[in-house]
Amino acid sequence: MVTKIMNWFDDRLPLTATIERHLTKYPAPINMNIWYLAGALLIVVLVIQLLSGIWLLMNYEPTAEGAFASIQYIMRDVEYGYIIRYMHTTGASAFFALIYLHMFRGMMYGSYQKPRELLWVVGWITYLLLCMLGFTGYVLPWGQMSFWAAQVIMSLFGSIPYIGEDLLIWIRGDYLISGITLNRLFALHVVLLPLALIAVIFVHILALHEVGSNNPDGVDVKKFKDEDGVPLDTKPFFPYDIMHDLYAIGVFLIFFCTIMFFYPDGGGYVIEYVNYEAADNLKTPDHIVPSWYYTPFYAMLRAITFPLFGLSAKFLGFVVMAAGIAIFVALPWLDRSPVKSIKYKGVYSKFFLSLFVVSFFVLGYLGSVAPSPTKTLLAQIFTFGYFSYFLLMPIYSKYEKCKPVPDRVQLS
Amino acid sequence: MKRITLLASIVFFILAFLISYNLSAAGGAPCGHYLSEDGLTEGQCETVEVDPYDLSSLQRGAQIYMNYCLGCHSLKFARYKRVSEDLEIPIDMFQENLIFGDQKLGDLISIGMDPKESKTWFGNTPPDLTLEAGLRGPDWIYTYLKSFYIDDSRPLGVNNKVYENVGMPNVLIGMQGEQFSVCKQIPEIAANGGIKQDPLTGEQLTVEKCGFLEVKDGTGIQTVEEFDQSMKDLTNFLAYMTDPMKTERETLGVYVLLYLFIFTILSYLLYIEFKKDLH
Repeated sequence: MVTKIMNWFDDRLPLTATIERHLTKYPAPINMNIWYLAGALLIVVLVIQLLSGIWLLMNYEPTAEGAFASIQYIMRDVEYGYIIRYMHTTGASAFFALIYLHMFRGMMYGSYQKPRELLWVVGWITYLLLCMLGFTGYVLPWGQMSFWAAQVIMSLFGSIPYIGEDLLIWIRGDYLISGITLNRLFALHVVLLPLALIAVIFVHILALHEVGSNNPDGVDVKKFKDEDGVPLDTKPFFPYDIMHDLYAIGVFLIFFCTIMFFYPDGGGYVIEYVNYEAADNLKTPDHIVPSWYYTPFYAMLRAITFPLFGLSAKFLGFVVMAAGIAIFVALPWLDRSPVKSIKYKGVYSKFFLSLFVVSFFVLGYLGSVAPSPTKTLLAQIFTFGYFSYFLLMPIYSKYEKCKPVPDRVQLS
Repeated sequence: MKRITLLASIVFFILAFLISYNLSAAGGAPCGHYLSEDGLTEGQCETVEVDPYDLSSLQRGAQIYMNYCLGCHSLKFARYKRVSEDLEIPIDMFQENLIFGDQKLGDLISIGMDPKESKTWFGNTPPDLTLEAGLRGPDWIYTYLKSFYIDDSRPLGVNNKVYENVGMPNVLIGMQGEQFSVCKQIPEIAANGGIKQDPLTGEQLTVEKCGFLEVKDGTGIQTVEEFDQSMKDLTNFLAYMTDPMKTERETLGVYVLLYLFIFTILSYLLYIEFKKDLH
């Protein structure tokens, strides 16, 4: 009976072939470690965000007059509305935490190298979309920090020479941040950006299953196959990897629900205290700080305090910040190393990757606190450290001495 | 691999340190010119424990709020009915004693004061307080409420240590009594942190420090301790206002986590079982 139904479908749709290709016969390297869980968990968070988002949308009012009150309506009067909202706010932070781990995994094990350049580029686009989703979504509650974050980020476009002022009005749709701005950010947040995100993630997975997963040793598992043509050092994704992921999802949800049910503010990191006050365009908060996941880039923006070549410091800061986000996409072409994994790369690669991590965290901290001359100097030094990982990579990765790479994966 | 783990854990600890460092700095605005009891720190709020499970405290807080605060400060995102249910105040008792005017049980807790007029009266429209405890933190609210003192130079005759030159009159003066900003002799602290002593007599040296708050005896209907408790109750009520679903959320959260623990254990066993196939 089941075979009959499957046959009926298979004659009209590549159903069995798709299931085999992407699940039951997708070869996953056997030495994948804990870092490889982030990708699966990101899909879980995507689903959480889509579902909670739809339910929030049922009660949210996208107007400057009603937005703030409608959030409180969701929190107080809608049945389990507080769970829906906290799910979405916690989900936003989880999304970024996981995508940073996922990106770092790729950098560590050289997952961006040939033949996975396109996979990496598509992944970078999802990160970009996520940044836009985070920003547009952050404005929607229309609290003080929502309003002033929008003010700061949008004003960056105003710093572009010649076209800045006009561009700014075009983006805001008004001469200042207003209900019109809120409405367009709302449209982007609930329609265009999620659609694009889903599409791009779909392409990301297609590309992954075309070239196959990398692994902590960075060796090509397709080199050695058994008599059926199945790579030796792999296991089928379903059920073996799925079971591992299921267990990981349980652990992840324990963390997630602990924050959601017991610390929904996340100590001011998940929901900022300032956002308990409705937007007021006559009252600037003492410190305008972005959400924690943007703070490294915000620190870069503030680190540039001097004009250069007739360009304003603000514009240069904007360029550096944008470059900080954009430069990830160039990684496949910056890395000249003959080996993929950091395990077999030389000492310089290890040093610069560590420098990158430290810079990222220090910048993240500096971006979350009020600036002072010392902190600005630190931000400048670590911005330099951050970029040196990328910009010096063609040199250090080419000339350093690497360890010999084994033919097959190593199990520790 | 070991090195990577080491690196990751170092980074984790740096992050944990920075976050906890930041958290200790966060959680409510600093308290203006408020002097601690020993006179050594200025601007640090007193700490107050809020407890959404302490219903009698919340009920007393609601009573104070409805009688002293609601004239000017709305709670426009909350409804009377919800408060009566959450705080387990019987509906008819609630309606009789805590709802004024012709407002209905299902209404939002609004006020009749016109914001434009109150702005001309006080210099600023009295803010809605539904989310104030989230914005400023309970410690700030508690300290602020206790910090009004007589100051004849101000139009309303009072000033506040936490929020200097605030436009709010001291509506709690009947409860607390007249409080004054006074000077006291406090032990002089040496550079090494110890108390300075007179080199000849060995007596402790003192310096005069001003800005202490002292209530004039017999001017209020409550003692200092009673008033502190009242303000704790009021703060507790405002904290409840910001987060009325906290008790429900935490109760539900325990069940969710219990379920997830069982789910995780079972999925782990399943994972182990499947893993046996591979070797």
